[in-house]
Amino acid sequence: MTTAELSQVCRQVRRDIINMTANAGSGHPGGSLSVTELMTSLFFNHMRIDPKDPKNPDRDRFVLSKGHCAPCYYAVLAERGFIDRSEFENFRQLHSILQGHPDSKKVPGVDASTGSLGQGCSIAVGMALGAKLQKKDIKVYTILGDGECQEGQIWEALMSAAHFKLDNLTVIIDNNGLQIDGSNDEVMSLGDLPAKVRAFGLHLIELPDGHDLDAIDAALKAPTEPGKPKCILAHTVKGKGISFMENQVGWHGKAPNAEQRAQALKELED
Amino acid sequence: MSEKIATREAYGKALVELGAVKENVVVLDADLAGATMTKYFKGAYPDRFFDCGIAEANMVNVSAGLSTMGLIPFCSTFAMFGAGRAYEQIRNTVAYPRLNVKVCCSHAGVSVGEDGGSHQSIEDIGLMRMIPGMTVVVPADAKETKKATFALAEMEGPAYMRLARLASPVFEEDYPFQIGKANILREGKDAAVFACGLMVSETLEAAKLLAAEGIEISVINMHTIKPIDADCVMEYATKCGNVITVEEHSTIGGLGDAVADVLMGKVNCKFLKIGINDRFGQSGKALDVLREYGLTADQIAAKIKETL
Repeated sequence: MTTAELSQVCRQVRRDIINMTANAGSGHPGGSLSVTELMTSLFFNHMRIDPKDPKNPDRDRFVLSKGHCAPCYYAVLAERGFIDRSEFENFRQLHSILQGHPDSKKVPGVDASTGSLGQGCSIAVGMALGAKLQKKDIKVYTILGDGECQEGQIWEALMSAAHFKLDNLTVIIDNNGLQIDGSNDEVMSLGDLPAKVRAFGLHLIELPDGHDLDAIDAALKAPTEPGKPKCILAHTVKGKGISFMENQVGWHGKAPNAEQRAQALKELED
Repeated sequence: MSEKIATREAYGKALVELGAVKENVVVLDADLAGATMTKYFKGAYPDRFFDCGIAEANMVNVSAGLSTMGLIPFCSTFAMFGAGRAYEQIRNTVAYPRLNVKVCCSHAGVSVGEDGGSHQSIEDIGLMRMIPGMTVVVPADAKETKKATFALAEMEGPAYMRLARLASPVFEEDYPFQIGKANILREGKDAAVFACGLMVSETLEAAKLLAAEGIEISVINMHTIKPIDADCVMEYATKCGNVITVEEHSTIGGLGDAVADVLMGKVNCKFLKIGINDRFGQSGKALDVLREYGLTADQIAAKIKETL
């Protein structure tokens, strides 16, 4: 897909995020909007996947470790043809396949159930390890939140990814700088995150603008060092694309009301 | 019952045999291969063995990831660090998506001995059986452990197996093993005694002591705590009228509660849970610690006699 086409998809994904959370009256728009370009690029231009054969054992794998950004995930899966858009209205409702956090038992295209922070990276390590063991050319991608990197298990996972030499694994950190109680620095500073990731043995690529589709594409295509997992540290804007949500802590886990929804959708008009 | 083998030892050996017939079996450990006995598998199939270091949470989720690739991970550490420390990983990342991961933890119960209370998990059965859809198995001897290891590999879905550090008697008789189907080891009319793990052989010894005094108890090996063999529990409770459970686990949440859950409101019977009564474990020689907590054959016999 061309950058212009991807950009159009991103716009639709953002509209879906707003509508899904507004309909549900709950959900996480802020982080969903910050990962939009990263996920769209991955699912449309990089991952070897087939919506007609979502369980193909040789497909590439994806783990949304920051599972609360499910609205973005569902929107991308619908755009990519894995699920029907009609499911959106049931997001977070009883008996829906679209749970508040992704459920691999329910949603075609969801490779791992996530939501409890800190756990997805380890699952991705297991997938990449399994692919290596079976000598399969499968790439595994996972997206972590920056606040999530406060979980010790993330570092256990990164340590093991390097130890097992998983150069088929790409760890993407959605570094929007904000979490529920405030900025990362106010809540629990991550310190020199790039240095920490490098010190854990990963090949680091920093993306100054995690919404720049061409830069994302280049980073995803860039070869890693043999035997080293790749980490893309993407600097993003929480709430990206909606003026009143951008860089606002309060929009981590709050749904827009009718008026806010209307304004957001207006800003997202073609 | 002369020969003594620890269930962890039998597990380690069984994994090697299992690995020979099932190429998709992989084994993970958290720096305790020499204690959980996964070292045998490591020696036999180094390519299929992954030491995850002292990082149990990561190990459990790496197992989850491996299982999604069509592999059957057996992931081992001490019960305290598997069922305990990595509880939420097992709950959310293994059981919630119903992944085919077998968490097999050794050093459960107070018979760990010298390492003391910090290393003696007396809550793992309870923790694991509370998780929806989890299979929980506690083999009683080496032969059963081998069969259980193979049975876990055959079943699809998450499972927990509890293993012991202490060498325990191997039953002469070769009982069949089917997940969820209890084994009747001894028939007696005066009480139905349900036991699991190390407590099965202790209870059998207790049965002999009681028999010498004219008390005949049924001894039932509840090797599967979940799904519990409700038919067997109902049958023997109805038949014997007195129900006793024996476990090397807290009396809160374990085998006793699982049996009580079946009977509650259905069968009118006397009921006694023998286990660890809301205390932590402590250091000591394994047999001394078991005695301190009232879990030896003569103590079990005395408690049963008192109840009847």
